[in-house]
Amino acid sequence: MRNAVQNILKKFGNDRGRLMDILKGVQSELGFVNEEAKKLIAEGLDMSYVDVEQTLSFYHFFTDSSRGKYTVYLNNSAVAEMMGRSDVAAAFEREAGCKFGSVTEDGLIGLYDTSCIGMNDQEPAAIINGKVFTNLTSYDVKDLVAAMRSGKVVSDLITKYGDGKNSDGLIKAMVANNIRKSGDVLLTSHKAGEGMVKALDMEPAEVVDIVKASYLRGRGGAGFPTGLKWDFCRKSNGEVNFVLCNCDEGEPGTFKERILLTEYPELVFEGMIIAGYAIEAQEGILYLREEYEYMLAYLEAVLKGMRENNLLGENILGKGFNYDIRIQLGAGAYVCGEESALIESCEGKRGEPRNRPPFPVQKGYMQQPSVVNNAETLASVVKILKNGADWYTMRGSRESTGTKLLSVSGDCKYPGVYEIEWGIRVRDILDMAGADDVQAVQVGGPSGECIGPKEFKRTICFEDLPTGGSIIIIGNKRNLIKDVVLNFIDFFIEESCGSCAPCRTLPPIMKNRLEKILNGHGVMQDVKDLEQWGAKMKMANRCGLGQTAANPILSTIRNFREKYEELIRKDVDFDSGFDLAAAVADSCEYVGRKPNL
Amino acid sequence: MAEKIKFTIDGKECYAEQGQTILAAALDNGVYIPSLCYLKDLIPAGSCRICNVKVSGRFMTACTTPVNDGMEVENNTPELEELRKSIVEMLFVSGNHFCPACEKSGNCELQALAYKYQMMVPRFPYIFPEKEVDPSSPKLFIERNRCILCKRCIRSIKDESGKSLFAFKKRGNKLMINLDHELAATMTDEMAEEAMEICPVGSILRKEKGFDQPIGHRKFDKQAIGSDIKSVI
Ligand SMILES: Cc1cc2nc3c(=O)[nH]c(=O)nc-3n(C[C@H](O)[C@H](O)[C@H](O)COP(=O)(O)O)c2cc1C
Ligand code: SF4
Ligand code: SF4
Repeated sequence: MRNAVQNILKKFGNDRGRLMDILKGVQSELGFVNEEAKKLIAEGLDMSYVDVEQTLSFYHFFTDSSRGKYTVYLNNSAVAEMMGRSDVAAAFEREAGCKFGSVTEDGLIGLYDTSCIGMNDQEPAAIINGKVFTNLTSYDVKDLVAAMRSGKVVSDLITKYGDGKNSDGLIKAMVANNIRKSGDVLLTSHKAGEGMVKALDMEPAEVVDIVKASYLRGRGGAGFPTGLKWDFCRKSNGEVNFVLCNCDEGEPGTFKERILLTEYPELVFEGMIIAGYAIEAQEGILYLREEYEYMLAYLEAVLKGMRENNLLGENILGKGFNYDIRIQLGAGAYVCGEESALIESCEGKRGEPRNRPPFPVQKGYMQQPSVVNNAETLASVVKILKNGADWYTMRGSRESTGTKLLSVSGDCKYPGVYEIEWGIRVRDILDMAGADDVQAVQVGGPSGECIGPKEFKRTICFEDLPTGGSIIIIGNKRNLIKDVVLNFIDFFIEESCGSCAPCRTLPPIMKNRLEKILNGHGVMQDVKDLEQWGAKMKMANRCGLGQTAANPILSTIRNFREKYEELIRKDVDFDSGFDLAAAVADSCEYVGRKPNL
Repeated sequence: MAEKIKFTIDGKECYAEQGQTILAAALDNGVYIPSLCYLKDLIPAGSCRICNVKVSGRFMTACTTPVNDGMEVENNTPELEELRKSIVEMLFVSGNHFCPACEKSGNCELQALAYKYQMMVPRFPYIFPEKEVDPSSPKLFIERNRCILCKRCIRSIKDESGKSLFAFKKRGNKLMINLDHELAATMTDEMAEEAMEICPVGSILRKEKGFDQPIGHRKFDKQAIGSDIKSVI
């Protein structure tokens, strides 16, 4: 072990900043990072053991003990549940002979839940030893587990590959693209370098001006004007500037980065190059969620090709610009999509969002001015540079120019990715996706807004309903509060970094209260409590996760109040929610006594 | 001397050094902004969220936000005091705090804030989480039932080469404080004493020493928290 760990440490130059890669490397080698390995790493990086453990224990996919020769991570997003996850989970438990959250006695198979893996359009889906399995049925599970028992290699269990580049020799995934609608900006042909040649012929400041003139706004959700962000970064005092491309894509129901990276990786990388040129950086980092590790070898090969064509590296296209890109793999943490948490993670730390100010454009990666942009934002930049700002602003709505990739999933015939112009009505999306009998639409993922039919005339854009791209359609057959809201709250409980007192404390309390209501013990005061506590979450927390974690409850109380009113007791003002008879049932049975209540 | 910045807290005129945080400047101006994770001279954590103030309609933590010229800070308002009180209550229900049996009672900042906010009983249901006590180092007990995860120990207790003795482990509602056993074995009595001192609650306790100050004679038994911060004018 000592040798293995030391080789990995050496590979990353015994650099603490690369702790994520080191842990990943050790885990790939040993299957886990146990006490001995942690000690060796601490020694090699000259840091304390608990500091190594701090990073390790933060991330869902890192572990200090074996999770089985075959490790199954079954997505537990709300849409996965809608598509039959519980049957698949039961089949895994039955066939493997162990419960979720544990490993079989012989150490062969480990079963674990995991938050949305970006496959909402082909659920139920699981990641097994890094490979994605989609559209699972209990029948498939039988075969899968039998194959594991016979010692097969996981990649051999994939029988057919998905469309497009999913069948590329370096990806070989059964994932389907499900591109349902292409626009003329992003999901359209692209000749490598056509945006950057234009950029490299200008002064960096001119590039920023063009992006400003396009009114492009960030596609990660917050909609901050991209040109302005770059300008702030240029004006910050630092030694070097950095570009970080956000491909964490953790918001349940989002999977558009999956498409961009599978089919248009050069476009994303080119956007990073243009951003790098504009802010005069020398290095860009693409932060890739571990769930998309199945694309890593392919993406590295694309980068290699770009280096060979002198689109990256020294003196790019003879214009005297030096720039390269590295890919930083995450390890399972939604909060690492938050820009400052992403930076912490790139520095090898636990993904805890930073206090602001300073903002990343002032002090970001390595305390240097940094631009963090969503992959779709950067991809759009390439087309803006190629075709001009005016061409771009002809698309979209007044305050939201251009096109947007929507990830549509849930109760509809055609789940997948749609490139639409901003300003489209929700109703039109439902029509395109083949969704009738719709109870609600969750716009912008769990942190967004849940709307009912009365609001389907509203439009998707920053001035009305903003979204990072997640559109989840919830049919009338669903129990909105139980199947959706409760699932979303569990997601936030699982994904909070835990730093802020309200964010780590209130969601579990709110969940209990919601369950009390669902169990028929709710009263009016419970709904009021939920509203008040939710308001405090918005006020008091540091980052967007905590500030929006109560949204599933708040937006359904606002837009579907009748569903709560149906559930609560109207005959009383108070119900403790405590069932004494049930609480003493076990002990009564044990001593053979009838409860006398 | 560098030019001072002028700003106000609840209308009161205050002065700050360039780059000073709202909380530090408030203390210099004799204004108390309740806080728990803040400790002078440490990098602010912004994690307990109690020092939330309002500036231009937005909530921000006073311990992390630098003062700007002309800033108008709301501090002692019913809305903010209610928010702070509820955070204190959250901290009570998310741990297991049995004050009468705690070595830190009377010197505990969490308890003192509960007194300040006249908390009789938290308005949130108790969670009664299971927490593990770590008694394994020679000089300290880590009583996680009382830890409020303020990071003061993480930020301040380091060995001479700068390595942290304390760190977080896990995340979310499973987040916990973790003491490095190897480094803890090398702790001097002074370091152990300092660790206990900086912990705002009774989560870091010295071994073989305790209750040397009788209850009733301790810091907050005699004066309310924040009452020593007097207006300098
Ligand atoms: C909890 C949380 C998760 C986030 N996840 C992502 C993400 O997965 N991808 C993303 O691009 N932005 C995400 N963001 C937004 C980023 O903080 C940031 O605003 C964005 O990457 C900036 O890029 P843009 O301006 O191009 O949108 C997240 C924010 C929060 C608070
Ligand atoms: S709001 Fe939640 S996720 Fe964000 S920093 Fe605070 S504890 Fe962490
Ligand atoms: S042990 Fe004490 S100082 Fe350390 S985080 Fe917990 S409460 Fe804060």
